[in-house]
Amino acid sequence: MAKRKRIGMEVALAAAEAVGMCNVDVAAVYPITPQSHIAEHLSELVADGKTDTEYVTVESEHTSMSVCIGASATGARAYTATCSQGLMLMHELLPIASAMRCPIVMSVANRPVNAPLNILSDHSDIMPQRDSGWIVIFSENGQEVVDLTLMAYRIAEDKDIMLPVIIGIDGFILTHMVEPMEFPDQKEIDKFLPPYKPYATLHPDKPLTMGAFAMPDFFPQMMKAKDMALLNSKKTIVKVWDEWERKFGRRYRPVETYRTEGAETILVTMGSMSETAELGVDELRDKGVSVGLVKIRLWRPFPSDELKVAVKDARVLAVMDRAVSPGTGGGPVFTDIKAVFYGEDSRPIIVNYVMGLGGVDVTVGDFVKMGEKAAKAKKEEYEFYGVMG
Amino acid sequence: MSIVENFDLYAPRLIDKGEYFSMGHTGCAGCGEALATRLVLKGLGKDTIVSNATGCLEIISSRYPTTAWEIPWIHVAFENAAAVAAGVESGLKALRRKGRIPDRDVKSVSMAGDGGTADIGLQALSGAMERGHDMIHVCYDNEAYMNTGIQRSSQTPFGAWSTTSPPGEVSFGQRTWKKNIPEIMVAHNVAYVATANPSYPLDLIRKVEKARKLKGPSYIHCLSVCPTGWRMDSSLTIKVGRLALETGIFPLYEVENGKYRITVDMPEPLRPVEDYLKLQGRFRHLRPDKIEEIQARVNLEIKKLMNKVNYIQSWEELG
Repeated sequence: MAKRKRIGMEVALAAAEAVGMCNVDVAAVYPITPQSHIAEHLSELVADGKTDTEYVTVESEHTSMSVCIGASATGARAYTATCSQGLMLMHELLPIASAMRCPIVMSVANRPVNAPLNILSDHSDIMPQRDSGWIVIFSENGQEVVDLTLMAYRIAEDKDIMLPVIIGIDGFILTHMVEPMEFPDQKEIDKFLPPYKPYATLHPDKPLTMGAFAMPDFFPQMMKAKDMALLNSKKTIVKVWDEWERKFGRRYRPVETYRTEGAETILVTMGSMSETAELGVDELRDKGVSVGLVKIRLWRPFPSDELKVAVKDARVLAVMDRAVSPGTGGGPVFTDIKAVFYGEDSRPIIVNYVMGLGGVDVTVGDFVKMGEKAAKAKKEEYEFYGVMG
Repeated sequence: MSIVENFDLYAPRLIDKGEYFSMGHTGCAGCGEALATRLVLKGLGKDTIVSNATGCLEIISSRYPTTAWEIPWIHVAFENAAAVAAGVESGLKALRRKGRIPDRDVKSVSMAGDGGTADIGLQALSGAMERGHDMIHVCYDNEAYMNTGIQRSSQTPFGAWSTTSPPGEVSFGQRTWKKNIPEIMVAHNVAYVATANPSYPLDLIRKVEKARKLKGPSYIHCLSVCPTGWRMDSSLTIKVGRLALETGIFPLYEVENGKYRITVDMPEPLRPVEDYLKLQGRFRHLRPDKIEEIQARVNLEIKKLMNKVNYIQSWEELG
């Protein structure tokens, strides 16, 4: 593997740079904080002729996804990016994009959802999209954003998958951070990611009807097909990640672990807080608390089997949710993880800390405190960490 | 001889014999929208991709695994037909430039009802027209949300019954006048805007052909008589469509580079609006004072239109 130069760059710009390397045919992006630097930088790349892309300056996120679906249906590689209210506005179209098997890629600069308005960071925007049938992958740092973006179309356009992909990039905490990153050469990417070869396209040479309506005679089959495609996508996703590791040396897994060997208590995180959590785990280990960390990288399809293996010897799981699932009695990641263990003979105690809402910093000290508390847990807990009242 | 009397003589030579909207769709008897679609597609020809909004047209033509569409067609949602068509146009443009599809002019066309155009779809339409995509938007205006059961829209005429503008003890039906969408499209500096009516098939097809030839966005607002929603005899579709013109209620005109032109002459004097209203159950409850009010408004609207026809110069003339 060639030694590459690392360069310092804001992560949002790096995301746009990575998109610019993917030979995207159509991009339709509506600016929203903290995604806006992606929208701006991608338009600069197009303006400078660095990527041959039709950049559609849409009037809303609903239209950005509509444009992506229309473009994808013609056989074009389509890209968009959004977050928060923008993601909520395009929500209607997400299950359509997946059911119509449009391999669109979307960067989501995770941000809270109103009200109250808050432009900072948490996972409240992605959670209402859980059942939209998209593959959802979370990134932890700038290098991961670059790598995961460059791999996204390979995954989305794989003939065994043909589903759209979201790359989660925590707003501000990641998007606006300047980090050292390395980029593969364009030639290597062109080899890794050939132009999109669609199954079926809208063209008069072979007229097709797309998006027909279905009555009960066909509707359930279509829903089943989509679910099976999403469930089956995991093995192909891992295959693509393996190829990336062979070529570029960085390894990605649906569930990743940090110092879990022999750990009695395992913290579970997703997104940018994972790196901070690693430092918390180091500190706890230094103090003699038997704690490890499990990071959920692949949020959909949910990596149930990998999670079971990763935490098999743990007494307690402490799930850190950066979103609320109101009325459920736990955060969204927590409830999903509980479901994984329902059928198991021996189950860990699972506690849930909802934290980092609306951009609240979660520090190493916070992970130490939560780790210590979780290590003593006797039963299930659900707590808004650090929230008064 | 009027254009309609000429029809039998010239039609075989003037109209594309290809059928791109097939028989066997599930439209109601006398559906003006299905008829209009068939004619619009004849004007467009086979190198066309249609993006269809949710609505009657989509539902009568696309029950899986059947289709009435002999050309490529896509439906995504209700309010975004123009946005999807913009995506189709952008996709074709990029792929053609990169040599991945044949280097041929394929037109992207969005189609929607009055809801998908004038109400829930107005933002997407405005965005697409403003950005200047090479596309046509065709609105089939049947003057209410027919697919969901005849609820009022911004295109439902003043005084008309609908299931959400019912006349009652303290109501005479729809309280508002039609929002003028062609005029809103003109305000987007679109190079070609026209009204159309399948009761005048040659005029309709000629307008579609004109829009088809243009580079850039254009807009066609097509009256679609709906016997089901208008509460009328399904054999009267063509007749009621003609009365819409002869009473001045739905004039046929085009706006080309800013220049207004009447394309089908209206009788002088215009027939009374009552001739049009009395054939439709949706107006049956109207008292004479309301009919007078409608007559006065139609007279005014025709004067407003003729004022534009007579005095507004084209962009070339002004330039």
